[in-house]
Amino acid sequence: MAWITAISVWLIPLIIAIVLVAGTLKRVPTYEIFVEGAKEGVKMSFSIIPYLVGMMVAISVFRESGAMEFFVSLFRPALEMAGVPAEIVPLALIRPLSGTGALGMTSDLIATHGPDSFIGRLASTMQGSTDTTFYVLTVYFGAVGIKKMGDALKVGLIADVIGITAAIIIVSLVFL
Amino acid sequence: MVNIIWVSLFVIGIIFAGINGTMDKVNSAVFDGAKEAVVICIGLISVLTFWLGLMRIAEKAGLLRALSWVLRPVAKRLFPDIPKDHPAMGYILSNMSANMFGLGNAATPMGIKAMEELKKLNGGSNEASRSMITLLAINTASITLIPTTVISIRMQYGSVSPTEIVGTTILATAVSTAGAILTDRYFHYRRTNRRM
Repeated sequence: MAWITAISVWLIPLIIAIVLVAGTLKRVPTYEIFVEGAKEGVKMSFSIIPYLVGMMVAISVFRESGAMEFFVSLFRPALEMAGVPAEIVPLALIRPLSGTGALGMTSDLIATHGPDSFIGRLASTMQGSTDTTFYVLTVYFGAVGIKKMGDALKVGLIADVIGITAAIIIVSLVFL
Repeated sequence: MVNIIWVSLFVIGIIFAGINGTMDKVNSAVFDGAKEAVVICIGLISVLTFWLGLMRIAEKAGLLRALSWVLRPVAKRLFPDIPKDHPAMGYILSNMSANMFGLGNAATPMGIKAMEELKKLNGGSNEASRSMITLLAINTASITLIPTTVISIRMQYGSVSPTEIVGTTILATAVSTAGAILTDRYFHYRRTNRRM
């Protein structure tokens, strides 16, 4: 599996080199064009702030008040009946809401159960196989000022349910 | 939809804090949440600035068009609304490839650029277009080949085989991406049928 780590390390420098060499060959004024595009990046980061602040304050109020925990415990019996291990339930519910929250929970599960336990492997797979829907939605639509999201949220959340279910089934089949 | 969810998160949270007596935690949550959001955005400045600069060079050098030409057969089916050789397609493809290699930091700027191009295609409307929803669905399902963060956490906790979850992750991510695309299609057809 060493090649996978090798690819990850080489990929970004390689992309940079290819872009710069290709730009030079095509006689693009590379540095000037870089600065021009980069300016846009600065503007964009600032335009995301209001969207992300609004969303993250709401989510942290929801979490810190104990409401999130309550809803997790509400869903727990049903999910356990469906074969979801109890330890993994909070992670499954928080994954779409909060990226940092989910990452913290994954580390915690790996620390307490061990990385090579069933729970550890399941948490690792779940963490890797879906992304934080609310974050993606807020950042991508926020940056370009989309106010009417249409079906985007529904689609994202349904995809999360599918992803988490798939993770549980696949890890059970492979490692149990 | 977003408005209702946003308000409910607050109201339910505050009611719960009242019952649980955790109102002091809610107070700190307001400021911590806001701070965390700004910290993330400040962190994004560095990445967005560099990648958008680099991507502008790639665009001028014709690399985005070359990339979209190679992967066009697949992308054309996923995004039928995008015209041939449009720059949006190049950004979408770079976004997808960065995601595949677990380079979330590189994927976000390209995803945002793609959204911008899609907005132009949609006449600058502030409503999400069909292609935007598809791109979002693919991103929330996040096609991953190498889950770098998870592998590093597993190493940290002394896993015998930190990369053994790569296979299950690829499978799970393939299923969730397929699920996302199908769900997206379903909602799209429901929308268009209602309009007819």
